[in-house]
Amino acid sequence: MSKYPKIIKKLFWVLLIAYPALSAELPVGRPPLPAEIAAWDIDVRPDGTGLPPGQGSVKLGEALFLERCAACHGEFGEGAGKFPELAGGIGSLRQDRPFKTVGSYWPNSTTAFDYIRRAMPFGQAQSLEPDQIYALVAFILNLNDVVAEDFVASQANLAKVKMPNESGFYDDDRDATERGFWVAAPCMTACKPEAKITGRASAVDVTPESKTAPKME
Amino acid sequence: MSNSSAPRTLPIARRALVAAAATSFAGAARAATPDPAIVNLPDWSQSLGDGVQAHPYGVPSPFEKNVVRRDVEWLTAGQQSSVNFTPLHALDGTITPNGLCFERHHGGVAAVDPDRHRLMIHGMVAKPVVLTMQDLKRLPRINRIYFLECAANSGMEWRGAQLNGVQFTHGMIHNVQYTGVSLRTVLEAIGIDPRAKWVMAEGADAAGLNRSIPLAKMMDDCMLAFAMNGEALRPEQGYPLRLVVPGWQGNMWVKWLRRLKIGDAPWETREETSKYTDLMPDGRARRSTFVMDAKSVITSPSPQTETAPKGRMVISGIAWSGRGAVSRVDVSLDGGRNWQAARLDGTADPLSLTRFYADIDWNGQELLLQSRAQDSSGYVQPSKADLRKIRGVNSIYHNNGIQTWLLRADGQCENVEVS
Repeated sequence: MSKYPKIIKKLFWVLLIAYPALSAELPVGRPPLPAEIAAWDIDVRPDGTGLPPGQGSVKLGEALFLERCAACHGEFGEGAGKFPELAGGIGSLRQDRPFKTVGSYWPNSTTAFDYIRRAMPFGQAQSLEPDQIYALVAFILNLNDVVAEDFVASQANLAKVKMPNESGFYDDDRDATERGFWVAAPCMTACKPEAKITGRASAVDVTPESKTAPKME
Repeated sequence: MSNSSAPRTLPIARRALVAAAATSFAGAARAATPDPAIVNLPDWSQSLGDGVQAHPYGVPSPFEKNVVRRDVEWLTAGQQSSVNFTPLHALDGTITPNGLCFERHHGGVAAVDPDRHRLMIHGMVAKPVVLTMQDLKRLPRINRIYFLECAANSGMEWRGAQLNGVQFTHGMIHNVQYTGVSLRTVLEAIGIDPRAKWVMAEGADAAGLNRSIPLAKMMDDCMLAFAMNGEALRPEQGYPLRLVVPGWQGNMWVKWLRRLKIGDAPWETREETSKYTDLMPDGRARRSTFVMDAKSVITSPSPQTETAPKGRMVISGIAWSGRGAVSRVDVSLDGGRNWQAARLDGTADPLSLTRFYADIDWNGQELLLQSRAQDSSGYVQPSKADLRKIRGVNSIYHNNGIQTWLLRADGQCENVEVS
């Protein structure tokens, strides 16, 4: 037989060694150990998935809140300085100045657990034990009259708490409700009868100085 | 781009302004006395300047010392959960220099040691994985230029003109070239459960910031980026690893990225429920408003730029869209009554900043300057009035309304609203 097939076979192997095919497997990394996943796996979902074992009462939460949270959020969750308000405002979302808090706006109680667990107290993140977080969430819910004073939040019941604004959200509908913003040929001439000035930023006068170098701290 | 070749004139502007402007052209000027900048030899032409290592990492000229990010002190409680703004008025082209990219942090800038940084991908996957930075740099690499805009950009302007400077009204945007790994490359290799639909991305900062992102978007064009504009990410932009989510709101571009968890439903985190949802006039709120609508703004002249001289003027601005490429930008000199096509120049890539110019002759009469972008989906940037008709004034996010600058006779600009 011809000797070519042998050469081609040889060439095939030479090419394969010179240019190894990239496998579909990830060529780097390793599987995480269960203890490693547990160390980072702190997220909680609205159905309660991810909530750790534990419980905490409104009463314990109040004591803890005064100690760890009130400096920024106020003793009654009313907020201090520009730090966020946590309580009040239920029913205000249609008003000219809506007041968005855990009680008036947040759709899920579990989100408060997830957020406190990962980010609070501000500057001392991930320093609270699950029982403490349950207690704080219970207290904040009570500040908003969402749960009674004797409420004890737990892994079993937190996801079942009904939030006042639970049904206040809907998915992005811009493609439908703002369909008018898609225009084949935008207006180019005489698009409106007049353009009169109706407001000036200079009248509000809240702009920082920007023509000199900023102060350094 | 087809419209990036020859400069376009502005016929209406010319008809209105060219007659009075003719005598003020620079070419017609005559000097009475010799210019000291010419006849007096400056120091830098005689004595030696700095040697090569005066600045091992280069810095701008001291004459550019005012071109810096700035914050608005009254806006937030403190510096660690705050924002500063890109000085758009002083920039041109399309790429934002790394040191001028606006910052938004929720727990300060994490000072991450890259050797101790890990990315864990787990949840609904066959083969969960932990990756080091070295691992990530052994995977196939891509380079992409994308804008990143905070969903709250222009959010202070919903109730009317408030901040007198494009840095503050529009400066929560930057546009850089990212180097990194396509997420599809990684996700396809670890066996995603077919029932999976969402991915939670989480940062390693003291806010542990977390957002849910549709798996389809992650597979489409998201990136694990470790470099910006050719160098390692800046700490304030997520060093050593950030998620890139092209065209979508900046809050989703999780910095200091430590974890991706694959799931079948969104997590409804604090950042995607209590924040980054858009309250509408009926008291309900839109959620998952990820895409950034088409938007543009004139960056020069604007309230922070130098006094404009009469005569020839370059109107310069930026345009972008989260739905595709910018296909056209129009400029108005009369508050939106009449429009002329601006000239697009530089890259006009999808999901990336586009630069536009309009060259006019200005006779010193007041102008109401506006720009209006259209993107490849056909979406046209709306007026603020049209936006408010649908959204009211309390939605905070996604204010992409047309901006008006009043160019006064004295050559200074003001942020105004027009009927």
